[in-house]
Amino acid sequence: MSKSPILQAVGLTKSYGRVVALDGSDLELFPGEVLAVVGDNGAGKSTMIKCLSGAEIPDEGQIILDGQQMSFKRPNDGRHAGIETVYQSLAVAPALDIASNLFLGREMRKKGPLGSVFRMIDSSGMRKAAKEHISALGIGTIQNISQAVETLSGGQRQAVAVARAAAFGQKLIILDEPTAALGVRESRQVLKLIESLRDRGMPVILISHNMPQVFEVADRIQIQRLGKRAAVVTPKTHSMNDVVAIMTGAMTVDKKDQALTPVR
Amino acid sequence: MSQDTATYDAASEFNDRASLSQKVQATLHKYPWLSSTMVLVVASIIFSFFNENFLTPSNFSLILQQVAIVGAVAAGQTLIILTAGIDLSCGAIAVFSSMTMAKLVQGTPGEGIPNGLAIWLAFPIGLLVGMLGGGINGFLVTKVKLPPFIVTLGTYNVFLALTLTLTKGTVPSIEMDPFLLTLGNYVNLGPFRVTTGVLFMFAMYMVLAFVLRYTSWGRHVYAVGDDIDAARLAGISVNRVLMSVYMVAGLTFALAAWIVIGRVTVASPNTGGDLNLDAITAVVIGGTSLFGGRGTIFGSLIGAIIVGVFRNGLTLAGVDLYYQLMAIGLLIIFAVSVDQWIRKARK
Repeated sequence: MSKSPILQAVGLTKSYGRVVALDGSDLELFPGEVLAVVGDNGAGKSTMIKCLSGAEIPDEGQIILDGQQMSFKRPNDGRHAGIETVYQSLAVAPALDIASNLFLGREMRKKGPLGSVFRMIDSSGMRKAAKEHISALGIGTIQNISQAVETLSGGQRQAVAVARAAAFGQKLIILDEPTAALGVRESRQVLKLIESLRDRGMPVILISHNMPQVFEVADRIQIQRLGKRAAVVTPKTHSMNDVVAIMTGAMTVDKKDQALTPVR
Repeated sequence: MSQDTATYDAASEFNDRASLSQKVQATLHKYPWLSSTMVLVVASIIFSFFNENFLTPSNFSLILQQVAIVGAVAAGQTLIILTAGIDLSCGAIAVFSSMTMAKLVQGTPGEGIPNGLAIWLAFPIGLLVGMLGGGINGFLVTKVKLPPFIVTLGTYNVFLALTLTLTKGTVPSIEMDPFLLTLGNYVNLGPFRVTTGVLFMFAMYMVLAFVLRYTSWGRHVYAVGDDIDAARLAGISVNRVLMSVYMVAGLTFALAAWIVIGRVTVASPNTGGDLNLDAITAVVIGGTSLFGGRGTIFGSLIGAIIVGVFRNGLTLAGVDLYYQLMAIGLLIIFAVSVDQWIRKARK
């Protein structure tokens, strides 16, 4: 069981002025697992994710993706390296249709001079590919790939964002509070999507406040506290109360009792 | 799966039960140019009752010539409004470009520049000036992060002042270069007799419609106007899109200036006064949402023609000029109300 991590962060540090948001935090994500990152507000979850996706540049520390050290300078660098991020704020353009949203910023061009000279986009090709991506994730409730995203429910919109990440994420997918804006039934849909991502072997980092959801889908749970990694546990070895206790500092877990290696 | 089918059935049943007004709302929501096209058709029919000369090829040729300039400016304005911006300086940029072209060709004999530049140099420089003007707007919007309304209100005055400085406030009578007058020439198309400027405007619409519909850039223009954060998160370089939109729009304003010179046969600093707001009027009546992300370029063409039809039709019907202004004003309010109502269909 000496799997090497697909993504490793070592001693990430980031401060905004005098506020130290991230204070030498580590993270390991292993192939094919769902790693949840939890923590109180200000524990450094978001900053960590921003550093991993390239939205922020850490002051110190290393990010190692697939054995290679990364130095992300711009938000798109993480994306080019194969890291896709889904944000809580339903980051889709409402008036555009599903296929356009799936390929937004990465449109397919027509073959031949129509594409290279006139830069025409391949709408039918994108619709076809979008349909494949959507059905590969088992999102059966979406009827028509060319309907505008604004006609979809919140859960379906987030499903489109997840499908986009799954279609283009080569290495891993980060989900930043994907259910925060959703109702119970819609959250269910997104959790099912996370499971189907894992079934396809895609490693996932899930940031969430919602303990029941975290315990439902996560293989391992990393708890952030005051900008550091407080502990990594599994849903099997620790309860929700334990996790909350670690989050608030009421409980500490010995290194040997933590789940620092893959559990799947 | 059975549950999914059940929800779908429930949804379609709900659609069946939707009231007529909801259906109209949904249809207009899907095709934003539809309401303006209907206004155009209905208005044309009504005006034809008041004057038998209204629905004739020669009258429509006249209307098209009258709207060619506003139509061309509205084409560029549409791009900007699609990104949820606005350009109050469009007419000022057009006039400044036309004055630049004319001045460069003519030279200023009194100030030691007796011979003007060759037209193949002066014309591109004029277009460049338009693009640069748009670029200044784009820079202030994207880099200095000012609201487009404020930026272009400021640059409107700046470009106006530059124009007046260039001409010293007078209308120069200029022996215009034949190339600059090209778009004033007439062509016969069946029963229609229009200027090449009209055809040129149509061509501008064709090109922009193609680009908006069939290129990535076009999608990105819509995406930026629709939800700028979503566009950014999708990896679109939002600032680059906005910058290019303002510059392309500036170029269309300069091309519109070429039509202006052809039509009035001089470059006058006083021709563009109404252009700024007329172009916005055409875009809004054409069904493009001032909130961005929704609308079509051809809608603006229809919008410009509607304004022309109203002016012309009301004149032929013998309506006082004051009431014509009022009619256009009511039309704008009507168009924006319809837009607001349609946008509610989202929820």
